[in-house]
Amino acid sequence: MLSDKDRIFTNIYGWQGAGLTAAKARGDWDNTKALIKLGHDKVVEQVKVSGLRGRGGAGFPTGLKWSFMPKEVKDRPHYLVVNADESEPGTCKDRDIIRHEPHKLIEGCLIAGFAMRAHAGYIYIRGEFVNEAKALQSAIDEAYEAGLLGKNAAKSGWDFDLYLHRGAGAYICGEETALLESLEGKKGQPRLKPPFPAGAGLYGCPTTVNNVETIAVVPTILRRGANWFSGLGREGNSGSKLFCISGHVNNPCNVEEEMGIPLKELIEKHAGGIRGGWDNLLAVIPGGSSTPMLPKSICDTVLMDFDSLKAEGTGLGTAGVIVMDNSTDIIKAIARISYFYKHESCGQCTPCREGTGWMYRMMDRLVKGDADLDEIDTLHDVTKQVEGHTICALGDAAAWPIQGLIRHFRPEIEKRITAWRAAAVAE
Amino acid sequence: MSISRRIADEQPDHFAFSAENKKRIKAIMAKYPKNRKASAVLPLLDLAQRQHDNWLPMKAIEAVANACDMPEIRVLEVASFYSMFNLKPVGKYFIQACGTTPCWLRGSDEVMRCMKDKLGIVSGQTSTCGKFTLLEVECLGACVNAPMVQINDDYYEDLDYMSMSDLIDRLDADDVPDAGSLRGRQGSQPEPEPTSLTNVVDFKDASTAKKTKASSKNIKAKSVSKSKSVSKGKGDDHA
Repeated sequence: MLSDKDRIFTNIYGWQGAGLTAAKARGDWDNTKALIKLGHDKVVEQVKVSGLRGRGGAGFPTGLKWSFMPKEVKDRPHYLVVNADESEPGTCKDRDIIRHEPHKLIEGCLIAGFAMRAHAGYIYIRGEFVNEAKALQSAIDEAYEAGLLGKNAAKSGWDFDLYLHRGAGAYICGEETALLESLEGKKGQPRLKPPFPAGAGLYGCPTTVNNVETIAVVPTILRRGANWFSGLGREGNSGSKLFCISGHVNNPCNVEEEMGIPLKELIEKHAGGIRGGWDNLLAVIPGGSSTPMLPKSICDTVLMDFDSLKAEGTGLGTAGVIVMDNSTDIIKAIARISYFYKHESCGQCTPCREGTGWMYRMMDRLVKGDADLDEIDTLHDVTKQVEGHTICALGDAAAWPIQGLIRHFRPEIEKRITAWRAAAVAE
Repeated sequence: MSISRRIADEQPDHFAFSAENKKRIKAIMAKYPKNRKASAVLPLLDLAQRQHDNWLPMKAIEAVANACDMPEIRVLEVASFYSMFNLKPVGKYFIQACGTTPCWLRGSDEVMRCMKDKLGIVSGQTSTCGKFTLLEVECLGACVNAPMVQINDDYYEDLDYMSMSDLIDRLDADDVPDAGSLRGRQGSQPEPEPTSLTNVVDFKDASTAKKTKASSKNIKAKSVSKSKSVSKGKGDDHA
């Protein structure tokens, strides 16, 4: 278990103020100038050594991502864009960083912006986070007043402007290229890659898009040393991570824990255990709604990090842990997720636009059992035809939860179909 | 859904940004490169909606198009793509209730039932008094405080049938409660006691700066006072 001295987000619950004075007392903005004096490449190098992987879901190595930015600024300016469009069901960690630890994010923006030679950064926050946006904007204003942003930011010799941009309610804008489209004033429909944002991103300029948590941990990593961070967690899955534990636990909460913590320990230590005890557990969705669920037998032993969960056919995603106990109608739980993806499909690619609606209608019938037994295979086949055949990963994200359901709870679906058919015959 | 059904039949003849909002528009435009005015379309639509009783008439689309140098159809396309823009009038209290799986597991059905019982409305409807509009929305990103609703700008969390019922009564009397957990929980910390960060050196110092004891009662009181200070923050022109 992570000890308090190794926790990065010491004000994640908002016990202290979010303002600059309180943030400085927590160690933020402490000699930021010295971190920047390391130089562009050394900062990137340190982030690489730390083993930090993106906290927004995909888990791509952050230092490597930064190194894709051109080494020289030519005719086009570089941009840092922070993805604060947190909308993955089960995930509510960035919200807490924004409202209670905004200066970690702002300082991270300066350092990350410097590392990728950007003089401007945009934070794209989901539109529904109105109060969070106000809190973040006042923290940005405070940073400007204190000379921590703007010309010669934090006396580092680097000019950096940071702007807050509010979205307007579209899950798809959490996809990086859809986010860039939205920031340019268009519908949030993902772009084909390549070109990747590091080559042509915001306004056609070199851009890197990072998650809030990824950026917010960078100052602490540099200050305490890359080796401190890489010493936490497991090989290839280093550091600490904010976990959001929701659903059928006694005490749902957000908590910062070490990567690779056993799922059972995470739930029992911090969330007060499963309602009715561990044996009442049915299944867990380990990393936000897109990741396939795990049945109890795997939950007993699985570790919470990118590679352990991948080995079980699922993923860490955003670490939004959704817990379901034995009282759950598991088919309905996944049908509701299917509805979510149907609602949020941007409508650009046919397999996703049509497929999400098709899969939801099929799932809706399976909730009742109104289907043929061989339609389970048909449904599985359709998920496979959506997966990997769309511009962005929303199609995959819609397919995976259903595949997870069929993989682990096929007998449950069959039972319901058989019961429905028997009842229909009896009538 | 066909777009024409989402646009109000009765439209005002006129819409113009207020003088105050014109100033805000200038500040918003300054965030983006000079030749990238379209980037301001979301903030400007939000501004227009706030000025016009929480919905966007077609004249406002026109005004935003002019301000952003965009064809009107592009602005309408954006306004109809993003779920936060209302193209029809809504009640004074616009309730967006989350029904996605994490909220559903914690009893969002009960919250919806409460609104049906008390206001006689289901998703997409406005109460007969005209004061409340309900919309079931997708995940609002407060899953560990589920179930929750957003009413206008504020999140109300940790709900159940009874607390939702009280919330409606208070809003009906125009007594708007502070946002946050209606159970008095501080942020997203586990109840009843935190399981981490209790050894942070300055935890007690900082928490005793304003309050004498870090009892749960005081933590609750603090969260209320803080949410007030947040709403009074400088970020009023955040939009």
